Order: sequence, then structure tokens, then C-alpha cells
Amino acid sequence: MIELIVNGTTHHVDIDPATPLLYVLRNDLALNGAKFGCGMGQCGACTVLVDDRPVFSCLYPVSSLGGRSVRTVEGLGTVEHPGPLQQAFIDAQAVQCGYCIAGMIMRAQALLEKVAHPSESEIRTHMNPNLCRCGTHMRILEAIRRVASTGQLHRATNERSTS
Amino acid sequence: MTVPPDMPASPGRRTFLAGTGLLVSFALFGSMRVRAGQENTLGATILNPKLPGDLKIEPMLDAWIKIDATGVTVCSGKVELGTGVRTALWQVAADQLALPLERFRFVTADTALTPDEGYTAGSHTMADGGTAIFHAASQVRQMLVDAAAKKLGARASELVLDNGIITAPDGRQLTYEDAATGVDLHRFAAETSPPADPSAYRYIGRSIPRVDIPAKVTGGAAYVQDMRPDGMHHARVVRPPNHGAVLLSADIARVARMPGVVRVIRDGNYLAVVAKGEWQAILAMRALQASARWQQMETFPDNAAIHAHLKTLPRLDYVTTRDRAGAVHQASPRPVALAPAPLDAPHIDHLSATKQYVLHGSIGPSCALAVWRDGMLTVWTHSQGVFPLRAGIAGLLGLPREQVRCVHVEGSGCYGHNGADDAAADAALIAHRMPGVPIRVQWMRDQEAGWEPLGPAMETALEVATSEDGELIAWRHALWSTPHNERITNPGRLLPAWLVSTPIAPAPPSPIPQPEGDADRNAVPIYRVPEVRVDMHFVTQMPFRTSAMRSLGAHINVVTIESMMDRLAERHGHDPVAYRIAQLSDPRAIAVIRRAASEFGWTTTAARLPNRGVGFAFARYKNLMGYCALALEVETDAEARSIRILRVVVAVDCGQIVNPDGLANQIEGGVVQSSSWTLFEQVQTGAVGVKSVDWQSYPILRFPQVPERIDVHLLDQPGEPFLGAAEIAQGPTAAALVSAIGQATGRAVLQLPVIPHLWPAPMPVGNDPHAPAQLSKRTLRA
Amino acid sequence: MIGWKRRLVVAAGLLVACALAFVAFAWQPALPRVSSPDIELTPGLIAQGRRVVELGDCAVCHSPKGHPAFSGGLGLKTPFGTIYTTNITSDGPTGIGSWSLAAFVRAMRHGVSRDGHLLYPAFPYIHYTKVTDEDLRAAYAYLMTRPAVRAPAPANDLPLPLRFRPALAFWNLLYLRPGAVPATDHSPLARGRYLVAGLGHCSSCHTALGLIGGESGEYLGGGDVDGWHAPSLTTLRDAPRPWTVGQLTDYLRTGMAGEHGAAAGPMRPVTDNLGEVAPDDVLAMATYLMSIQKGPSHRDPSPGPGAATSQLARGQALFEVSCAVCHGEASAMGTHIGRPPLQASSALAGPTPQNAIMTVFEGIPWPDRPVPAAYMPPFAGTLTDAQVTDLVVYLRSTTGQAPWPDVDSGVRKARKELSHD
Repeated sequence: MIELIVNGTTHHVDIDPATPLLYVLRNDLALNGAKFGCGMGQCGACTVLVDDRPVFSCLYPVSSLGGRSVRTVEGLGTVEHPGPLQQAFIDAQAVQCGYCIAGMIMRAQALLEKVAHPSESEIRTHMNPNLCRCGTHMRILEAIRRVASTGQLHRATNERSTS
Repeated sequence: MTVPPDMPASPGRRTFLAGTGLLVSFALFGSMRVRAGQENTLGATILNPKLPGDLKIEPMLDAWIKIDATGVTVCSGKVELGTGVRTALWQVAADQLALPLERFRFVTADTALTPDEGYTAGSHTMADGGTAIFHAASQVRQMLVDAAAKKLGARASELVLDNGIITAPDGRQLTYEDAATGVDLHRFAAETSPPADPSAYRYIGRSIPRVDIPAKVTGGAAYVQDMRPDGMHHARVVRPPNHGAVLLSADIARVARMPGVVRVIRDGNYLAVVAKGEWQAILAMRALQASARWQQMETFPDNAAIHAHLKTLPRLDYVTTRDRAGAVHQASPRPVALAPAPLDAPHIDHLSATKQYVLHGSIGPSCALAVWRDGMLTVWTHSQGVFPLRAGIAGLLGLPREQVRCVHVEGSGCYGHNGADDAAADAALIAHRMPGVPIRVQWMRDQEAGWEPLGPAMETALEVATSEDGELIAWRHALWSTPHNERITNPGRLLPAWLVSTPIAPAPPSPIPQPEGDADRNAVPIYRVPEVRVDMHFVTQMPFRTSAMRSLGAHINVVTIESMMDRLAERHGHDPVAYRIAQLSDPRAIAVIRRAASEFGWTTTAARLPNRGVGFAFARYKNLMGYCALALEVETDAEARSIRILRVVVAVDCGQIVNPDGLANQIEGGVVQSSSWTLFEQVQTGAVGVKSVDWQSYPILRFPQVPERIDVHLLDQPGEPFLGAAEIAQGPTAAALVSAIGQATGRAVLQLPVIPHLWPAPMPVGNDPHAPAQLSKRTLRA
Repeated sequence: MIGWKRRLVVAAGLLVACALAFVAFAWQPALPRVSSPDIELTPGLIAQGRRVVELGDCAVCHSPKGHPAFSGGLGLKTPFGTIYTTNITSDGPTGIGSWSLAAFVRAMRHGVSRDGHLLYPAFPYIHYTKVTDEDLRAAYAYLMTRPAVRAPAPANDLPLPLRFRPALAFWNLLYLRPGAVPATDHSPLARGRYLVAGLGHCSSCHTALGLIGGESGEYLGGGDVDGWHAPSLTTLRDAPRPWTVGQLTDYLRTGMAGEHGAAAGPMRPVTDNLGEVAPDDVLAMATYLMSIQKGPSHRDPSPGPGAATSQLARGQALFEVSCAVCHGEASAMGTHIGRPPLQASSALAGPTPQNAIMTVFEGIPWPDRPVPAAYMPPFAGTLTDAQVTDLVVYLRSTTGQAPWPDVDSGVRKARKELSHD
């Protein structure tokens, strides 16, 4: 039995501990956000947060979690009550096919929690691990900038978790 | 995700086709004859050429709009590929029905429920699908109003429509559903519809937020990958190392004993494994792949020498001409066309361009779900064309079509013919052998890269004669390419059909005819030239499987044409923008050019900063669809071997705009994607076949390379027909980049992708004796 | 004089003499500023200078990512603290724009700045001193024609005693042998020796440093940098698949060796740089390096205990989850791109687990623009120390070589190294 804390809820799942987190999220917990894009850590479609840091869930063994908390895009908000980044993506219509977007949002969330007002160059560098094939980059950057300008996601005290 | 209840397919369509011998032809920008019984360029059969849009294909009103006690349902054969078109079509239906969006259902491509509109491709969706819905909805609304007038004893013109409720002057009301009782929508559409009142539009022309976005940003179920029916099992396929390889052995027995595995399938060279859990399926796939021994049967060319190689292969020559009256005529293909007489003119310019193979590179590898239950095989797929796919799968499995149903569910963006149909065939094939079990097939990244049909490598050669003052006299455009349209016209076009023990050969390749074009799309210049000839050397033998990729041949053809226009402008001492305008007659073309130039601040008199360049390009997609003019500025850094795209200004005219923000989104995406293709992308191939198997061996643009600014200006044409938009930016972006980089570096590079040709990467000098040997050893083991 | 007074005078005299000697060594005069370069800058000289600067790998330290070319600002983590590289663009106030050729040559040969202060030997002037006058002149011409960038170097982060620069004079006494050492002839071997010893400054990383940071280990016998191990360059034929001149040349130019794997860590920027260099020069370096091979040393540390089956099983399971997609037997990366199997990689074949551990932690980053290249995601944030230990032990066990001792302490040490980032 593996215990996972996902979006604030504790789950007990009967799976092999050497299973990538992505498949546990999608199949055992029926969460759609994190996606299979390459399984190689090259595209970021599977990006989720573990203790506030973005990780490739396709390469992350659930046995690594050890009680750390996982956040997926489902944990940031809902259609009825979207979180700030989700709302910004909707306002900017920052989606074409949308397949990469959940991963984009999670990676951006990590940056905006850590850095109150990142520069354009910081945003672009931070988002580098995530690919978009449709070319939605302009609007993704715009959505991130909008939230960055408010600084509302920034957490004043960052609890540095030991890896 | 629930599937809507089965409803009977429209029987009237087949009856119509069987009963009529009607032959109608009309001119379409030239001399194309369209006849009943003929297929359109998207694989659907035309029944009544006189009807607007895809009503030509499906003339029955109730195929498009169904009204019963449960409500109103609008059906479309076109699908959401990530272009926002589902929302745009919904907007059209809403305004023409005078119903709020949320008041009716909108169902897309399902072989059991919707019209067969062929493929969602070629930028035809709004032009054909939108037009059909526009008219069908308008005519149905009129029928409801007339029926309500009778029921309420009032005059039709006195009735008020609001929110699906029809109100008479005396206050009595009927819902649409009530008004529809007794009304038979099973009738042919009329050739004309009640006049539309654009001032009454609530949706058309407005940037309605896309209906699919909220779910996509909050983890709602949105893709075929998100489907999880009860009892679903996970399947993975094992592909050969390259095309034609023969399976010698594989350790089926050992893999069958792995945890969770319920079936291992071997059928000739076809290998697949099915397991209860997804990770179990992946581990079993790896074990099966590692144990497989293959014999390589074909030799594959190196992509560095591909253009020379293409010219040695069998081909058919298609010659297209445009006469002085502007009529475009494409001759029947010949093995070798007669070369034209040499040109004789004051000035003759030559120009040649090349492009390499390009991957669709869908961010989510192809996926499909299928179940064979109660004599019905249902497949959920992100294919662009569920109807041709259904026919192909039925043929592959030896089933009658009526026993196969294909339902479109979104996948990631495909940008043309990617692995979607093949993955659907995989799911169908496996499900057919495991009755009652829903089978989910997910391709892996390297399988998508290695087996998706590629965007063809091409070479162009252009020869243009001009007068002393720059007037265009003669225009000859030759090109070499493998097919751009290997769609599912027979089961043999599906990849699994080549691998099974009784393989089916693919139907012979056949290009999409002019004026839409194939590899020769957009090769006929829109500029005023009395003599135009296009020689398409259609290479019929494919070293690598190729098919449609967003804009087809237009990408490189527009680069060729626009680079020539730049050169001619310079030779004759004209500004490039002014020169283009002087050779055009179409006012809408001139308008987008002027708009882009003025918004950009185009000037040839300003001093150029070092390492900076500007470029301008224009094209009208297929010379029939959306107009796109584009100017951009780049800064190059030869030390860092990099290019920054500083700003891009685009002006587009797509006729009546349905969703302005949606259109701008598509144009921005097209600019960014085409930038990536043009600057960086090429599929590496060699002895082992396709060597670009992931994002490190096929790098694409990432955030640091994204342009700093893109401004899109929309020239709306209310009341004008919808023109296509999704592919119109690919060619102009590429052409403007080539031009700007040429100016910034002083070197005109017309071999795409530009950067590896401008600044070649260090190649191994071949002193490593182990590298090639290792590769050939591996191809046997794969 | 009374005895004790004499001793006092002698001691005071010695002290004064030492102080004077010290001042003589440590104090260097400021050389006058120039308003523009004081030699003729011809296109040919500038082009030659570009090649010299590429061979010297100056950009690796002076052109960090995100900074304009040659404007410095890269923090070098030394055992003594962090030193920031300086601005060597042609800017007057913050760069070397007001330096004469003589000032430039003095810096390169003697580690002395224009204004006389001594430079920290993180700048490898003990190697650049060997560069010929002609090459130095060309390098000067090239650097003085780079765009000026106004960027003062960040303050160094060193403990107080080490901020006393004149102390470096003693260091120089021990380790600096000033003077050009030109190639003896035009053969690739001689050219290669010149390049490796001088501009290439390979021993800055590939030779072990002593207590006070001087190269005191066996020349090119291996060293440590930023937590990575720069392997011995004199035992390349001892590798399970012996290196050849051709392989080494291709590796240095492309960052990939068909049988040994990809350049990682601090070596990656070096191979990026050497890709720009004339292939013949790289071939010369490889020719020279392969000519100084020693016989098998048998000085490997004594092997560690064999791993328990359970540890190997854990390691293998982790390999399936996190590594096999690219590094597994069935992976397309092996069959289609031609990547060598992990068992052949230098990181796994070497005497210590250091590089295997660092590669797992840091991965190999994307190049700064879309070109085909080796990439590996980092696993520092994904795998725990215990998991990395299990994985590395498992991977070593697949090579058929003796197990490493103390993998777990190597992992802890590397984790500490990372946390200083």
C-alpha cells in the first residue's frame, strides 16, 4: 500500500512502489491534468508539483514521495472557482489544443510562488522545460505575466524543503 | 465521458445518390468542374453541387439539425483539433437558429450521428462546415417560425424569437421543441436561405470564449486519453525498427507471463501486448521489444542527400498552366512531361529552395480506445476523418461498415495526418480479438516520431522572365515531392495493415488536384503574369511515408515565390512591398499588404542596424482562401549562432470573421510553429531509417526562441463568405524569415531549416570507427 | 652592541628585508591607460584572435549564459569561496577597454591586472603564460573589437584572509613559471602539446589541486571540479573500450563519443566551445593526449563490498521507472540515435562513482538553442539519496567491474555540493 497526499487529500493505493507518479495520478486517482507527452522528461506535459517544486511525474517513482505532498492542476481550482493562473489562462484564451497547458500552469505556479515579480527573461528560462507544439507561447507568457504583475501567488516565507 | 444514445443514420442520402443522374458544372476560379457523384478534396462525395458549403455533401436538413422532445441538437462532421472551430461553428449555429449557445447540444463527427464531411483539414472547416450550418440552421429556423405561425394563428413576421421561445403578439408562446412537433426536417435544403441580418448577431463576429478551455485548464476530461470506461485494459504496440523489417522471433511466452499481462498478440510482423495496468503494459512492451529480433529489408537514404535521391525515383509529372484569362488547368499526369521551350526575355531570374522532412510532432502521441461488443466495433479516436477511417477499419477487419462506428474525441493538435488513424486501427485490431474488453492503445513518443507520416522533403526551382521595368512576363515553377495526401482511401493506408500476416497494400498515391493543390499548393502565383506553368514532379515511391502537413506544399512554394519577388524588386529598383502591390489586381490582397506594411512601419529608407534585417511576405492560401501579409524583424548573432525574432506584424482577411480572438490565436500559433519549422526543424534519417525519435534528436522551438512580439490585425468582411484561416500563416512567415535573415547576415539561405544551413554544426569527422558499426549491429537487434 | 640588541636589529633588518622582498614580489606597478588599442587591428589579426580565444575557452568563464558576450559575472565555486569572473569586453570603466597590449600580456603571463593588483589563479594564467606573443597579440586584437558592455564584476565571496591579494605573490612563486612555450615544429603532436598545455589549460581541471589550490597531483592524472571528477587523461587506453584519437577528436568537438557517452557537467561548455574551433586543432590536441598515455596504473581504490540482492533489485526497479525509457535495452535512443549503452559510459567505468552520481543529480541541460544534442533531465529533485545510491550501485553492477566503495557517502557529498548552488 502506498500513501500519497495529492491536492490535500491522502490516498492509499495498492500499487507497486516502482510506478511512475504520472500513471498513479491518471489511472488510480483518475486525475486528467498531468499528461503523457514523451515519458522522457523532455516535454513537461506531465509536470506536477511535489513540495512546491515542479517535477516530471513520468519519471518520478511514487516510492520517492515519502509523505511529500503532490499538487496537480486540479488542486489549483475548478471550472466554477478557477485559481489565479487558471483564470489568467482563460482570460487570455491561452490554449489551442490545450494538451500542454496543465503542465505549463504547474510549472508557472512554482515560479510565481517563489518569485513575486519575475522578469520576462526569468519567465522564459523557467518555462524552458515545457514544450508547446501549437505555438501558444505568446498567450502563455501573457497569462503568466498578468499573474506575475499582481504578485498574488508569491509566498512570503518559503519553507525550503530538504530534498 | 458518456456517449450519446444511438440515432439512426440518415437513409435519405444514399437514396438520393442512387436516384439521380444530375450533372452540373460550374466555374470555380477557373475551370474546375464539380459534378454530383464526384469526391471533393477532403474525401467526401458531392451529391448536389448547387447547395452552399457541405450541404453539397449532405443535403438533408435533419442530418444537421435534430429537434425532439429532449431539445435541439446540431450535428457537424467537422471536429475540434485545437483550432477553436467547435466554438466557432457553435456560434454560427446559435446566431442562425436564434438560440443561446447553452440552449442546444453540439455534436461533432460520429459515423452514427453526424454528416460525413470527410476530413477536418485544408482550412475548409468554416468555409464548408460553417457555411452548411449557417444555411441549414437558417432554413430550419424559418420552418419553425412558419410552423409556429400556423399553430399560434399569427403572421410569421409578427413572431418574436428569444431564448428558444417563440412569442405571438397576443403573448401565447411555443418552445422550439413544441413548434417542431409535426414538422418534418427530413427534407432537402434549399439553394438559398432567408437573408441573414448581421446586425442581429449575438455571436458571429464576437470573441466568444472557447467552450472547451475551462475544462482544459482545470483538469476536466477533454481528450481521448482521459476516457476510462469500466473494464478498460491498456495496450502497447511494438513496432519494427524501420519500414519493411521482418520479425524473426520474439519471446512471446515470457512476456505473456509478466504481471498483469492478459494477451500478447503476434500476427506476422504485428506485435502488441495487453495488460490490466498501464505501467504493466509499458514494462511488457519493453520486454517484448527487447526480445524481438528483426531483419532489415530496406535501405534508407540519409536526409542530407534526400533531394538528389528524390530525383532518381519513379514519378508522375503534373503540369498546371494558367492562361491569360486566369483559368487554371491541370493536365493529366504523364511519366515525364515535355519540357517547355526556353524563355526569351530581357531579364530571366532563377531561384531554388529546399526543405527537409518535418515531423507533425503532436505533443501527445496518438491514442485511441475501442471495444467490440454486441456485434458493434466502436472506436474513439482523434482522427481528422472518422468516416474514411471507419471504412478503412472495416476493410482491415473484414467487417461490414455498419458494424463499425468511429467517434471523434479530441487528442493533442495534429497539424495534418499524424498517427491518429493508425493508432485507431491498432485499437480496433486488438479490441476485435478481445470481445467485450475496452482497449486503450497509447503510442510512445518514439513510435509517433518514427511512424507518423512525415511532412515531405521538397525542392523547388523557379524561373521568371520580366520586362525592362519589372513587369512579369512568364513564370515557371518546378517542384519535386512525395505525396501530401496519403489519407485512408483504402485499408492499406493504415499502418497496421502493412504489418499483419495478410497485409493490404496502400492505394496508389494521388495528389489533390488544382486549384487546391498538393505539393503544388500555392505554386501558381497570385501575381499578374500572362504565362504561368507549374511542373509538379510527383514522386510516387516514398523512401519515408509522407502525408499532409499544415499548408502542404504552400510552405516552401510561398518561400520560393516571395523570395523571387524580393529579388525582382531589388533588380528593378523597387521597394519590395510596392512591387508586389503593382503586380496584384485583387483589392483585398492589396488591402492586407498595405495594412501589414503600415502597422509595421515598413520603410526601405531607414538605415539598417548591423545584424538586423526585415522581411515581408504575402500569400492568399491556395489563391482561394484567407489572405495573409506579414512583416517581421530579426536580429542575428553569428557568434551565438542564434536569431531573435524581434517583432512580427500580420494582417489577415478571412472573410466574415466568426470569432476574432480565435482567429488571432490561430494566426499567432501558425507564425510560431512555422518559425520553428523554418529555422530549426529537420528529420534526421540514415541507414537505420528515421533517426529523430524524440525531442533531443528533433529539437523544436522553446520559450527562449519565441518572438518577442506578434501583432495580428484582422480585416473583417461582414457578410462575405467564410474563408479558411488555420494554414494561411505558414508560408508567409517562412518567406519573411528567409528574407529578413538574408538581409541581416548578407547571405540568402533558401535551404530550410535555415539555421543548420546558415551555421552548420560540427560534424564528427568520421574518425570514430565504432559509431557506424554499432548502428548496423543494432538494427538487427532493435 | 649588546647581544640581544644585535639580535633585535638583525631580526628587524630581516623583517624589513622580507617586507621589501615581499613588496618587490607582490607590488606591481600600474600600467598607463590607453584611450584605444595601441596596436594595429587588422581583420586577419582579429580573425586569428578569434581562433585563439576559442581555443582558450575564454567564453566558458567570461560569457556565462544570460550575460552579454565576455562581460563576465560567472561565479566560480572554489574550495575557498566564490570568485566572479571579470568583464573582458572593450568597455573602459568596467572592462579592459583602457588596457594596452603590454597590460594584457602581463595579465595573461603573470596574473597581474592593469592597475597592478594580482589576479586570483582561478584565472589560469599559469597556463596562458605559455601562449606565444603572436597568439596573445591576436587575442588582444579580438577582445578589443568585441562590443563594449558596462558591467562591473560582482564582489567575490571569499573569507577575509584570502581577500588580501598580495599574498598571491607567494602562490605565484610556487606555481607560476612565466614565459611562452611555443610549439617546437608544425607537427600535430607539437601543436597539440602547445594547445593542451597553454590555451587549453586542461590541467586546471584534470590535475589534482593541493591544499592551497596549486596543481600538485600528477599532470593530467585527474582532478575535481564543482563536484565532478575530471578524469585522468593519461589512462584513456585503460577504458573498457579504449579511446582512440578519432573518438577523442569527435568527443571534443561534438560532446558525444560513440562508445563512451556524452559530455556532462563542466565539460559540456568546453565541448560546445571546441565545436567552433578548427577541426585540425582539435585533432592535434587529441593526438597529443593519446601520445602521453601511461601503462595501466592499477591504482584503483580497493573495490567495495558486493551489493545485496535487495539493493540491486531496488536499483533495477528505479532504473525501469526513471531511466529505461532512454537507457534501456529496447530504447530508441540506443537503436536509432546510436547512443552507447550505459555500461560503456565513462561515468560508470571510472574509479569513483562521482560522475555517475553528479550526472544523475544534474542531468545534461538543453543547449541554449534548438540543435540536436544530448539531453538528460536532472533527478536531484526526483530521487532521494538512498534511491540514487541504489541506482548507482545497480548501474555499476551491470558493467562487470568491481563495485565502488562508499557510494552512499559520495551521494551525500554530492547533495551537499548541490545545495550550495
